[in-house]
Amino acid sequence: MIPINYYIALSAILFTIGALGVLVRRNPLIIFMSIELMLNAANLAIVAFTRVYQILEGQIFVFFVMTVAAAEVAVGLALIVAIFRTKHSINIDEMNNLKG
Amino acid sequence: MFTSTTFLSILPETLILILGVILLIVEPFWKVKDPSSGGDEQRRNAGWLTAGGLFAVLVISVLVGRPGDPTSTFGSSIRFDWLGFFFKMLFIFGAGITALLLMDHEKVGRRGEAYMLLLASTIGMCLMASAADLITLYLAIETTSIPLYVLAGFMLTDEHSTEAGFKYLLFGAMTSAIMLYGFSLLYGFTGTTNLYALADAFKSGQLAAPVMFGLIVLIVVGLGFKVSVVPFHFWAPDVYEGAPTPVSGFLSTASKAAGFAVIARLFLVVFHDVAVDWAAVFAILSAVTMTVGNLLALPQKNLKRMLAYSSIAHAGYAMIGIVAVSKLGITSVVFYLLAYIVTNLAAFGIVMTVGRVTGSDEYDAYRGLSRRSPWLALVMLAAFLSLAGMPPFGGFIAKVLVFAAGIQANYIWLVVIGILNSIVGLYYYLNVLKYVYLFRMEKEDEEAHPIAVTRPYAIALVVLVLGIILLGTVFAPWFGFSNAAAMNLF
Repeated sequence: MIPINYYIALSAILFTIGALGVLVRRNPLIIFMSIELMLNAANLAIVAFTRVYQILEGQIFVFFVMTVAAAEVAVGLALIVAIFRTKHSINIDEMNNLKG
Repeated sequence: MFTSTTFLSILPETLILILGVILLIVEPFWKVKDPSSGGDEQRRNAGWLTAGGLFAVLVISVLVGRPGDPTSTFGSSIRFDWLGFFFKMLFIFGAGITALLLMDHEKVGRRGEAYMLLLASTIGMCLMASAADLITLYLAIETTSIPLYVLAGFMLTDEHSTEAGFKYLLFGAMTSAIMLYGFSLLYGFTGTTNLYALADAFKSGQLAAPVMFGLIVLIVVGLGFKVSVVPFHFWAPDVYEGAPTPVSGFLSTASKAAGFAVIARLFLVVFHDVAVDWAAVFAILSAVTMTVGNLLALPQKNLKRMLAYSSIAHAGYAMIGIVAVSKLGITSVVFYLLAYIVTNLAAFGIVMTVGRVTGSDEYDAYRGLSRRSPWLALVMLAAFLSLAGMPPFGGFIAKVLVFAAGIQANYIWLVVIGILNSIVGLYYYLNVLKYVYLFRMEKEDEEAHPIAVTRPYAIALVVLVLGIILLGTVFAPWFGFSNAAAMNLF
């Protein structure tokens, strides 16, 4: 059996990659993928812990997190389409109508 | 297993859900096929139904659904106590007023979906206030946020609105992912997702302080975003400015209060016995939030943006009560949020009423408002003085209470910063009133340009102004309710 530490280390690495992706990348689609990576890092940690404790709560949590992630991305893509229709660009740097 | 308490504990949520379903069924039948024959008038009914329904839910819940001793229901995932109940009533009130304010918003108020999203978000907030399990809590937070992302970006043809929705979504999704990671570690270190079981786990065995500190930081990121605390505030001004005005009002009041409800429960119950001095962390956040919010509000020329920065500053004031970690502290937070919800909704109601006629939210659009519409100007005076913390309005008592809690907990420096900040705040609130009362419209006769206040706005503003004055003058019962809510955490 693979020790829990390996899972947690992997999940921490995934989380860091995701967080850096959100902060560094400029394409909203890639930012969304990075956010998914962060959520899945948390999922991985939860599932790994669940195996240690042998209780089901964690597994249920993961299912809910997946559902929420899907809902979030659905709304996000809809907004990206709406923005593309008015601006013909989805670059984050050009979203600067609101500032001051 | 299922007793009457089980159902009473989610009575408001159930009733709102029923209201939402009725709305979805009825709304299509109200649409008039020929828009030239005043079809839009018909669809305002959706707004009346939502607002009326929410106030009915409020009344029914207060009459029937009051909690007794704190109990846990639904497999300990819901806590049925006064803290949750009081916050639920606040959210429902806020949503009802927001529904009234939405009604005459041209692009949003004639769409049944907008009201349905508002209701969905309110259900989420109600669950946030009573969640006693990490899973319920996470789901409740997302149920609140996702409809609000859609509402913020609701005007699809307006670049500002879609951009606001998108920015809100990006910040929200990222911070909630960080918070979820915190939750996953919290579950991993203790083996339970129940908040009260977590508290017991921390009482018996402590984690190493650095680990605990890291965990708390992860969770504070997510909740700090919801209450727009510096340094997680960047989204607030942009989103408030771009989103439809009533939605901004809802975001800045109910959504923020929901965040505070979670902070209060999470930190006073779960992290109460933890070796990390999180109160000191909150004290620094509070001081920075007040100062940054107020200083950035000073140079603003757009009223919605100014209110956004002012709402950041108010999150800082309210946080003093959390820092105090005492009964008076939590009482003061609850009272502060009550006063703040009523006052800030009034402020956004005025922005909505004036913006609808003038088409602008800049300060210049408010020139000569006292002559154009004296009553509206008077409402604005009450709301802004209450925001600034002047007696005899609700904002004054609220500020006194949080500062008293701060002093009682020996955070004198924090209270001094708070008082200095209130003075800064007074300047920019009065600056707006200067435009309203002293400046004139250029080369125009103001009386020839009255500002029409439609019936839903009149109702909303009258209720809110009465609330502001009532909270400031007859504050004993409200203080009693806040106190009852706070007692449940100790």
